[in-house]
Amino acid sequence: MEIDLKILRYDPENDKKGHWEYYKVDAEPEERILDLLHKIKWFEDGSLSFRKSCAHGVCGSDAMVVNGENMLACQVLVKEVSNPIKIEPIRGLPVLKDLIVDMEPFFDSYKKVMPFLINDDEPGDRERLQSPEDRDKFEDTTKCILCAACTTSCPVFWTADSYIGPAAIVNAHRFVMDSRDQGSKQRLEIMKDVNGAFRCRTAFNCTSACPRGIQVTKAIEDVKRETLLNN
Amino acid sequence: MKIVKHSFDGIIVGAGGAGLRAAIEAAPTMKLAVITKLYPTRSHTGAAQGGMSAALANVEEDNWNWHAFDTVKGSDYLADQPAVDILCKEAIDAVVELEHWGLPFSRLESGKIAQRRFGGHTVKEGAAPAFRACYAADRTGHMILQTLYQKCVSMGVEFFDEFQVLDIKIEDGVCKGVVAYEIATGDLHVFEARAVTFATGGFGKIFKVSSNAHSLTGDGPGMLYQKGIPLEDMEFYQFHPTGIYRLGILLSEAARGEGGILRNKDGERFMERYAPSIKDLAPRDMVSRAIATEISAGNGAGPNSDYVFLDLTHLGEEAIMKKLPDITDFVRTYVKIEPINDPIPVQPTAHYAMGGIPTDVNGRVLSDHKGGVIEGVYAAGEAACVSVHGANRLGTNSLLDIVVFGKRAGQSMVDYVSSTKASPLNESAADDLSNKISGFMEKEHTTEFSVAKIRSELQDSMEENAKIFRSKETLDNQTEILSDLRERYKNVTISDKSKVFNSELLEAIELDYLLDMADTTVASALARKESRGAHSREDYPDRDDTKFMKHSFAFKNGDSVKLEYKDVELGKYEPMERKY
Ligand SMILES: Cc1cc2nc3c(=O)[nH]c(=O)nc-3n(C[C@H](O)[C@H](O)[C@H](O)COP(=O)(O)OP(=O)(O)OC[C@H]3O[C@@H](n4cnc5c(N)ncnc54)[C@H](O)[C@@H]3O)c2cc1C
Ligand code: SF4
Ligand code: FES
Repeated sequence: MEIDLKILRYDPENDKKGHWEYYKVDAEPEERILDLLHKIKWFEDGSLSFRKSCAHGVCGSDAMVVNGENMLACQVLVKEVSNPIKIEPIRGLPVLKDLIVDMEPFFDSYKKVMPFLINDDEPGDRERLQSPEDRDKFEDTTKCILCAACTTSCPVFWTADSYIGPAAIVNAHRFVMDSRDQGSKQRLEIMKDVNGAFRCRTAFNCTSACPRGIQVTKAIEDVKRETLLNN
Repeated sequence: MKIVKHSFDGIIVGAGGAGLRAAIEAAPTMKLAVITKLYPTRSHTGAAQGGMSAALANVEEDNWNWHAFDTVKGSDYLADQPAVDILCKEAIDAVVELEHWGLPFSRLESGKIAQRRFGGHTVKEGAAPAFRACYAADRTGHMILQTLYQKCVSMGVEFFDEFQVLDIKIEDGVCKGVVAYEIATGDLHVFEARAVTFATGGFGKIFKVSSNAHSLTGDGPGMLYQKGIPLEDMEFYQFHPTGIYRLGILLSEAARGEGGILRNKDGERFMERYAPSIKDLAPRDMVSRAIATEISAGNGAGPNSDYVFLDLTHLGEEAIMKKLPDITDFVRTYVKIEPINDPIPVQPTAHYAMGGIPTDVNGRVLSDHKGGVIEGVYAAGEAACVSVHGANRLGTNSLLDIVVFGKRAGQSMVDYVSSTKASPLNESAADDLSNKISGFMEKEHTTEFSVAKIRSELQDSMEENAKIFRSKETLDNQTEILSDLRERYKNVTISDKSKVFNSELLEAIELDYLLDMADTTVASALARKESRGAHSREDYPDRDDTKFMKHSFAFKNGDSVKLEYKDVELGKYEPMERKY
């Protein structure tokens, strides 16, 4: 079948601002949106720029806005979206070229939550024990691939990019809820900050955007609750 | 072209599991940087699913010697046994260390790390399948990558993200540093460093159907090969039995470890005929061959009779959702099938490079087949060949390899840096790369010589001629195709002439490495007139220990490949016939 694509493009070396370009490609209904982008790049216009790597939704490279919604281009099939297909870069982060945005502010927020296990006890020469029930408490948030689909779908983040954003809170949750971790106090201090978890207005955009099916809004609520309990 | 100069003691190229583990070891004692073409968490280690083996004995009696036995037998006796002993013995501490750093392993009721069965892993040297693979659901690699990156963040390791290393400087057999291309700007960066570790991962993109990421193009091995360093055991490329039909997306062996069964078009559990004792849990080379044999015998399913089924339906919804959630999702997303109710169409997919940059057990890169080393150059992970996997890697042994030998490469960097002095490298080190890039920028684009065209012909032809079964005829044919592609590559052109995120330029350079990987694979395969592990010659169906108990070393010789051989290091396990 023939697919019409409309892609928001921006070339920093020549353009003052973004503009739409239109393409027609032949595609099977089972192909990924990423495959269409490749067809354009490889056989029509080599300058089209986007990030990608794994091509099956596990590396987090290719979050973009497809027909108005955040998704991974490699995780959505042609037959699942309506034709014509409109593709734009994710919102709220500076666009560097075509579908590529500056990820540095996103990773900076991630690093702020101290995303690593804090535990000063001598662990001994075998594994620490953890019950399957305790392990389950943070199972959901371990799945995060740092794709930024959640954060860049958040209306609060669009208007105030100082907001730490859902992805960072998800990663705080992953440690706050881990029975082995002892750093919650510091992390929850960060969550209390004006740019922390309480900026969330439970719009739920993040939860629908997450390609890993993480209950992002619920994780944010958990963190808010822990913060209040910790007070 | 703008050139930026940096000075470090050590550089690690690649931020997958191997690179990050090396960084954790080296960072505390030297000025170190990790350079990576992808953001670290995008590395393909994150795609690994099933597990990482260690004889923790959490479920049943186990012993690292049994793990070593299985690894050697699985390798079809081509692995170096002293290296295998190190791998299996250090496995236990490696897993425990990852747990201490926060890795969220799945747990047993006892609170200990959960372990599952995997292909080729047995107790008591073949008595029964072993519960040895430590796992975190079916996203073990994701957890390893995240945990190692988190550890690096906590240590303040310095990263150059989205910088692609495209040249290494070696003078008189001594490492001087690397040259990298900054993807966001097109600037060149000269990194002076006397210790450099290559951890650039695999090169599955020489085949059409592969479980590998677009980024796995053999940059590290290619870069070194072009400098005259040999590549070891390149004929041994692993095809994983269960890739999603046509897409190649992996469905982990954990699916069979948890009880999944392969069936042909008649619903027959055909592995009973090929490996009567451990059936579907036979090593990958055997299962992939069995599938290929079923398909050529007309037992494949579908309109073209070209796939078989992976059947999970008897496992029950709860077990599937708890233990195999991600692969279930992949099947739902990409095939629109419900694995709880229906069997999944699968075919072998190009998966893992046993061969690569030759190293000793301390990650030091070998300059030849006689044991020479290049001072200051190290390699680890899938890019390297120690060799612990020999002719066929067992599942779960790569995640293990990357942490055990990543750490050892890091330690070697520490030793080397502490015993040597900095030696200068100036801006002119960027000249070669700068000329190469200018060449691409100046040459007018013609679609006939586009990167995508040459690359897709490469992938299609390798799929056709150098996959599971090979023969003199297919390999001769492929040699000719490759030399034609090589000629055309000399004229390759790009249409994008920009400086910012010019991925077309990078794909053009990566294609050169892919051609190197294919050349060495095919030349080594043609010369190995026997069948061993993943290398199966239809014209030489038997293993030949008298002539080929040897590692191949492929050297670049102009546009052709020159082969040398090195004896396998044996140990306590005598080569025997591989039956399961
Ligand atoms: C789908 C899948 C599932 C798997 N499951 C398992 C499993 O369950 N158990 C197991 O043991 N093994 C498994 N494997 C194998 C294992 O995951 C890999 O072999 C291993 O993770 C490779 O790690 P690595 O660190 O060597 O490379 P990678 O993780 O691939 O990292 C390569 C790094 O090099 C960087 N890089 C590459 N070229 C350059 C360059 N020119 N300049 C700068 N940086 C560069 C990249 O950015 C990246 O950071 C699986 C593999 C796949 C594909
Ligand atoms: S929570 Fe989901 S959407 Fe947000 S960064 Fe992680 S994986 Fe992406
Ligand atoms: S390319 Fe990896 S998530 Fe899409």
